[in-house]
Amino acid sequence: MKYIDDYRDKDLVEKLVKKITDSCFNPWTIMEICGGQTHSIMKYNLLELLPSKINLVHGPGCPVCVTPLEFIDKAIYLASRKDIILASFGDMMRVPGSQTDLMSIKAKGGDIRMFYSPLEVLKIAVDHPDKKVVLFAVGFETTAPAIALTIKQAKIQDIGNFSVLCSHVLVPPAMEAILSSPSNKIQGFLAAGHVCTIMGYHQYHPISQKYKVPIVVTGFEPVDILMGIYQTIHLLEHYEVKVENAYSRLVTEAGNLPAQRLLEELFEPVDRKWRGIGTIPQSGLLLRREYWNFDADRIFQLEDIRTNEANECIAGQVLQGLQKPNQCEAFGNLCTPEKPLGAPMVSSEGACAAYYRYSGNNKPKAHV
Amino acid sequence: MFENNISFDLTCPLPIANYDSVQMAHGGGGRLTHQLIEQMFFKQFKNDILEQAHDGAFLTMTSKNIAFTTDSFVINPIFFPGGNIGELAVNGTINDLVCCGAKPLYISIAFIIEEGFPMEELWQVVQSIKHAVDSAGVKIVTGDTKVVEKGKGDKIYINTTGIGEVYPDISISPQNAKPGDVIIINGNIADHGIAIMSNREGLAFETVIKSDTAALNHMMDGVFEKCKKIHVLRDPTRGGLASTLNEIALSSRVGITLFEDQLPVKEEVRGACEILGFDPLYVANEGKILIILPEEEALSVLESLRLHKFGKDSAIIGRITNTDPGLVKLKTIIGTTRMVDMISGEQLPRIC
Repeated sequence: MKYIDDYRDKDLVEKLVKKITDSCFNPWTIMEICGGQTHSIMKYNLLELLPSKINLVHGPGCPVCVTPLEFIDKAIYLASRKDIILASFGDMMRVPGSQTDLMSIKAKGGDIRMFYSPLEVLKIAVDHPDKKVVLFAVGFETTAPAIALTIKQAKIQDIGNFSVLCSHVLVPPAMEAILSSPSNKIQGFLAAGHVCTIMGYHQYHPISQKYKVPIVVTGFEPVDILMGIYQTIHLLEHYEVKVENAYSRLVTEAGNLPAQRLLEELFEPVDRKWRGIGTIPQSGLLLRREYWNFDADRIFQLEDIRTNEANECIAGQVLQGLQKPNQCEAFGNLCTPEKPLGAPMVSSEGACAAYYRYSGNNKPKAHV
Repeated sequence: MFENNISFDLTCPLPIANYDSVQMAHGGGGRLTHQLIEQMFFKQFKNDILEQAHDGAFLTMTSKNIAFTTDSFVINPIFFPGGNIGELAVNGTINDLVCCGAKPLYISIAFIIEEGFPMEELWQVVQSIKHAVDSAGVKIVTGDTKVVEKGKGDKIYINTTGIGEVYPDISISPQNAKPGDVIIINGNIADHGIAIMSNREGLAFETVIKSDTAALNHMMDGVFEKCKKIHVLRDPTRGGLASTLNEIALSSRVGITLFEDQLPVKEEVRGACEILGFDPLYVANEGKILIILPEEEALSVLESLRLHKFGKDSAIIGRITNTDPGLVKLKTIIGTTRMVDMISGEQLPRIC
């Protein structure tokens, strides 16, 4: 914990808050991309410390939240089949599909295994040769390499009863989608530190220049986040448009090259629907032809599933930073973590869940 | 499998050993049932009341104020670092009685065993129960055994019920927390839940994280003798500290402020929580007790707790307030304040 506690240091936090306050003269709207950052902001209630001129809005970087309803429904269908074991990240279990969720299917006898490391799922497949084992792969560039490695291992070990329902998405296209929207109000970005650990941050230079926004690679602890905010405010106040790295203890410009090569080898970019947001060009990862044997979508011919989204939910607006969770009519009454209408109320990285958990359910006094 | 250095004979007695696993007939009421009860349970738990061999137990109590509680244990895995389901079942019920301000005296024990459960493991569980009741100084006075078909249960379920005499001149209730009171806990939080989770998920850390399962009656004997003004006692088991404190805030209609920098959490447990995506505030404990009492009583109670091995890391972790009744707040390590909500469902492992 030594290397984490240093970044939760009260004195450092106070110094950074002072630097931010002293350097911020204008109102600015900054988006933190990653749900992990949103969670940290709410958990440490950084809003209490920041000057009211800074409006932090929460981005789409919650893998659970943006996984399209079609994929949730496909996973639910697969988990309901007697011949299939579905392996899922725990976070996906309560995400509402059109009719039900994975937790309810499990309660009805569906064989769903929660896993931490994707390689565990290969072992499940080997141990159950009479079953088809499907790994429900969601997440951004952070989780995709581990899934890629698992598929590659399955191919090498010739594990025929293993496949992947692949719903991976990419961060930079989502940032472009937000910035190019006519209703965009984001003036600066805190880029997602963990994604950059894998991908580096070279991809952000063209985005920063094209849309004239500073982008600062930012970590997840209170000191990291305040450092990211400070650098972003500094750039904004000086009208500087560039990419900076406030998470250099983990992130390099080039990123993790072997992981990137692995992604390139197994996946190709494809247009992908984001839940609540819509289709974003070239924002999804699709398995390349050489790996179609492991593509659950093809093996089980899942194209034709119809979906039905709850219409009280403003998840899409929240995920694009257009509304705050507590601005939703359903927040804390119709929609709670026990009975979520939308995915952001479920996931530990979802903005609605973070607001509910750390600010209370009765319309919290966070900055709006 | 045992981590507690309990010494006992690991071999099952004959004729139980003729069967290496529990059969349906062991619950059928016939000769095998009789053998199992006689050899496996009766001999191990024996005491004057059990030896009456009646359908129920005749108990003598001196006090008019009796505390009565029951709890069922359905844990997976049944053996975990620091203990097993047997002692957990005994300690859990003892601690519930202690939280009523009572001196635990008698417990009942009922087993629901899945067909095929290894006799050797049952023996180990029974030995651990014996050790737990002996060290807590309580008697098992009645019991029951049922066997269910393979696949209809999960190895072994245990129910325990306990009876104790309430200490004179004290009044403990979840409604009694008063503004100005302080909150004491007798040591590190989240050990039990993390011991179970890391075992279940096959996660190995540099140091083995052990469950904190313990019977707290002896430790609390000293406290009850010293202090008659305790307002609330609760054991923060399932749902952890956060859920228990939320219940107290609601029942007593008071606000609660916790101080993050005072919360005792072992370094390795904090690390495991970071990896697993858990908040120690929501992780289960099995050997912890929350004591809410007037501030002027706190020092002498802390002193008494710290003399005992289960209380040496005792600390004041929070305060009862008259602001925002029903809400629990946390003063974070960086000096801000946030809500601590009750847990929703179960904590789920995160994606990244």
